[in-house]
Amino acid sequence: MTDTAAASRKSGTSGAQAGVEARRADVRNRWLLASPALTVIFFAALGPLLIMLVYSFLQKGSYGGVVWSFSLDGWFNVFLKRDIFDDTLGFADGHLSIFWRSLKLSFGTTVLALLIGFPTAYYIATRPANLRPVFLFLITIPFWTNLLIRTFAIMEVIRNEGVVNTLLMSLGVISSPIQMLYTDFAIMLGMVYVYLPLMVLPLYASMERLDFRLVEAGYDLYATRLGVLRRIIVPMVKPGIIAGSILVFVPSLGAYVTPRVLGGGKNMMLGNLIELQFGQGRNWPLGAALSITLLVVVMVALLFYVRNASKSGVKSHG
Amino acid sequence: MADAPAKPFSIRRQTGFGFIALCCFVLLYTPILILVFYSFNAGTSIAIWEGFSWRWYEAAWQNERVVDASITSLKVAISAAFLATVCATLAALATTRTAPYRGITAIYAAINQPLMVPEIVTAVALLIFFAMIKVYTGYQGLAYLIIAHTAFCIPFAYLPIRARLENMDLSLEQAAADLYASPWQTFRHVTLPLMAPGILAGAMLAFVISLDDVVITEFVKSGGQDTLPTYMLGQLRRIITPEINAISTVFLGISVAVVTVFFLLNRKGGSSS
Amino acid sequence: MHGNLDAIPAISAQQVTKVFGAGPGSVTALDKVSIDIQRNEFFTLLGPSGCGKTTLLRLIAGFDHPTSGRIDLEGSDISYLPPFKRPVNTVFQSYALFPHMSVAENIGFGLKMLGKPAAEIDAEVEVMLKLVKMEAMRDRSTAQISGGQQQRVALARALAPKPKVLLLDEPLSALDLKLRKEMQIELKRLQHETGITFVFVTHDQEEALTMSDRIAVMSAGKVLQVGTPRDIYDRPSRRFVADFIGDTNFMDAELVSAGKGSDSKASLKLASGKQIAASLPDGDMSAGTVTAVVRPEHAWLTKPKASSVLTGNLETIVYFGTDTHYHVSLATGGMFTVRMQNARGQAGEFSEGDEVGIDIDADAVQVLRD
Repeated sequence: MTDTAAASRKSGTSGAQAGVEARRADVRNRWLLASPALTVIFFAALGPLLIMLVYSFLQKGSYGGVVWSFSLDGWFNVFLKRDIFDDTLGFADGHLSIFWRSLKLSFGTTVLALLIGFPTAYYIATRPANLRPVFLFLITIPFWTNLLIRTFAIMEVIRNEGVVNTLLMSLGVISSPIQMLYTDFAIMLGMVYVYLPLMVLPLYASMERLDFRLVEAGYDLYATRLGVLRRIIVPMVKPGIIAGSILVFVPSLGAYVTPRVLGGGKNMMLGNLIELQFGQGRNWPLGAALSITLLVVVMVALLFYVRNASKSGVKSHG
Repeated sequence: MADAPAKPFSIRRQTGFGFIALCCFVLLYTPILILVFYSFNAGTSIAIWEGFSWRWYEAAWQNERVVDASITSLKVAISAAFLATVCATLAALATTRTAPYRGITAIYAAINQPLMVPEIVTAVALLIFFAMIKVYTGYQGLAYLIIAHTAFCIPFAYLPIRARLENMDLSLEQAAADLYASPWQTFRHVTLPLMAPGILAGAMLAFVISLDDVVITEFVKSGGQDTLPTYMLGQLRRIITPEINAISTVFLGISVAVVTVFFLLNRKGGSSS
Repeated sequence: MHGNLDAIPAISAQQVTKVFGAGPGSVTALDKVSIDIQRNEFFTLLGPSGCGKTTLLRLIAGFDHPTSGRIDLEGSDISYLPPFKRPVNTVFQSYALFPHMSVAENIGFGLKMLGKPAAEIDAEVEVMLKLVKMEAMRDRSTAQISGGQQQRVALARALAPKPKVLLLDEPLSALDLKLRKEMQIELKRLQHETGITFVFVTHDQEEALTMSDRIAVMSAGKVLQVGTPRDIYDRPSRRFVADFIGDTNFMDAELVSAGKGSDSKASLKLASGKQIAASLPDGDMSAGTVTAVVRPEHAWLTKPKASSVLTGNLETIVYFGTDTHYHVSLATGGMFTVRMQNARGQAGEFSEGDEVGIDIDADAVQVLRD
């Protein structure tokens, strides 16, 4: 009864006002609930990026670290280098070739993954509905297992004393092992291997919703199999193709473990170049500048992805 | 012969796609199976089969560094999974089942931020940041690894919890309130039990993701804080024995088991709502 | 204060307005609604979707709160009480059974939250299971029982805490026709046995007419008419009510002599020139052009004759089994439908194209307020 009495008194205030207050309290509570996650992410993900941005504008210390005075050297050194002898500026050929290799390998990886992933996703999407989850599960399992272990598995297969070379030599096809490990080929193979699920999953998502009555209509209007594929299926699953390609391209560009293990020390990609600056290179501002460059490229690609996804309604995570 | 075609025309078939799909599955699984296979090799080669043996499992078990690294891995993964799940659960409650409010997009973006930034970039940023803190505080413990792992595990824990909450029938909580449950009782007796499968799934994903991490751990760890993956990364530069295969196999076993349970949980959860 | 406690309504809504949103995009779901629901009454809120009936129910339940106005429960203001503090329970349209609890746990939930001892809860759950004839399903999971059984559990769960008012939000809409008929009877039985006030929301006019003690017809956030099913059907006061419930013939007419008061009779002059007695809606009504309604079953066809109230051409005959509908194109313009019972083995005496006369039952013409 006391509750009711209290409410009677309270009802003197306007209901609309009470509604606004309740809404405000709700939003405040929601921010409170989100705050632990936001705090952790700010301290261990977002905040450090800002500090790194600052570091990219500082002078490098002689033994790693930084000297706290403003300098654009870090950013200059991303593309340019100062000749030690005559102090003239030239392009940093080493960096440029690594940039180029990173782009080339990431692009190659994306294309290869698409060539394998598209038919695979299509095949899964055309299986009976009760089998599809099984196939999908088989695609997802490697994705959740350790990337290092998967890279290591590839390494075992292609190394000089590995399964492929041993097998070929014992069959007498070759007399000395083919050098596959520590080549660009190895890096690309490894990246296709580890990122393939990222291609298949979004492709499958868009193919699963494919309306096969349209395919029927295509055949009805005298299209060949190839014609149906080219003119009906591919255009309709284009959002999936874009999504899958970006999801493969982005981590390839930032890959660190795969090129380190399969490329050896020589065949570096961007990730390894960045690491080098924090290790032997001892040029933290350059490392920071390189990281931010990579981040910006990736963000642009992701922005494209988000726009594509929101336009077509493709969900990135299943 | 000419009257009945060998294969009836199928609308859905595309020539050669089945073969490529088969190749895809072979490509995905053969290397892993070879790796597992040679972990049982009696010889020291990872390419020449010399008979079955458990010797490399025993060797790994007796290798103090492997045991230490495993313990570190578990400590970090369990702590990070726990913290990330708590944070993600609260964040999921904050961001679902509401009209859009000012800042909700910013919260989404922040939570998913670790997914979007390349690992190597986060790793070196953390290296810089934690190096500063280490200089000021002198603290060298596992907390750095744990908080770094927590941050990148949050989005993985968040996804299934959020999905679960969004699929939940709003009228269930109204029904509880209607039946005299206070807001806290409603949460405790209705919301939380219904969220539980999502929370469990989120915790498992976070655990696997933390357990698997190489790059961020490699840059954040202090001396003597090798986890199993960073220990293995260090070993790959040397002559490799099947001991690494044995460790990998156990590792794979754990991941596959956890992910399988996750999928079963998710399927069950999906069918009940 | 009050001499007769029974005179205090179970629910009294006074000038209740509910606006969702703010500014130009806002929607007024309820517009100054005032309703008294008596104790032990089976009261139905009837209207098309979007008329505000569910909003009113949610305000009574406490899931939303009025923007202005107040809602009293047995004389005390509950407008801003949260749902868990009002002795009112709801049967949800989706049932909202807790999937992680058994049938018995669902039914006992409210009592548990009220802090009742376990023994008392168990006993009450048994009583409820018996009341809804679900004793055998006690320990089943709610996913393992049929839709009709889920409905019964939802009812038992809402009745177990013995609320002062039971709210039912289209609880039968998910059931198939046969089961729905059964549950309609079941609900009436439960209401009699428990003596609890039922507030029932539906868009199904037949359901409302068969089950209710009183009905409130709602449209666009307003209550248009409150009355017994017979009142609502026979004496609709507004065009919307007449149109929404059953089939109706609308006729323009001239109100010749205006009576006063609710039961007064008035004289109407139809377009055909004939004069006919008609009932007026409550309240004053001045002479002039009005709309009158006649239910199709309150008229019958004859051969055209001088005394026919209306005459016209029989355009179509539609056979419905129990009765036949005759659509007549009136000589004065417009259509008029007549519904007559079929006798076994007897072909109708009228054919399409016939000139016919129409007679109307005494006391069957109702004048509308709008």
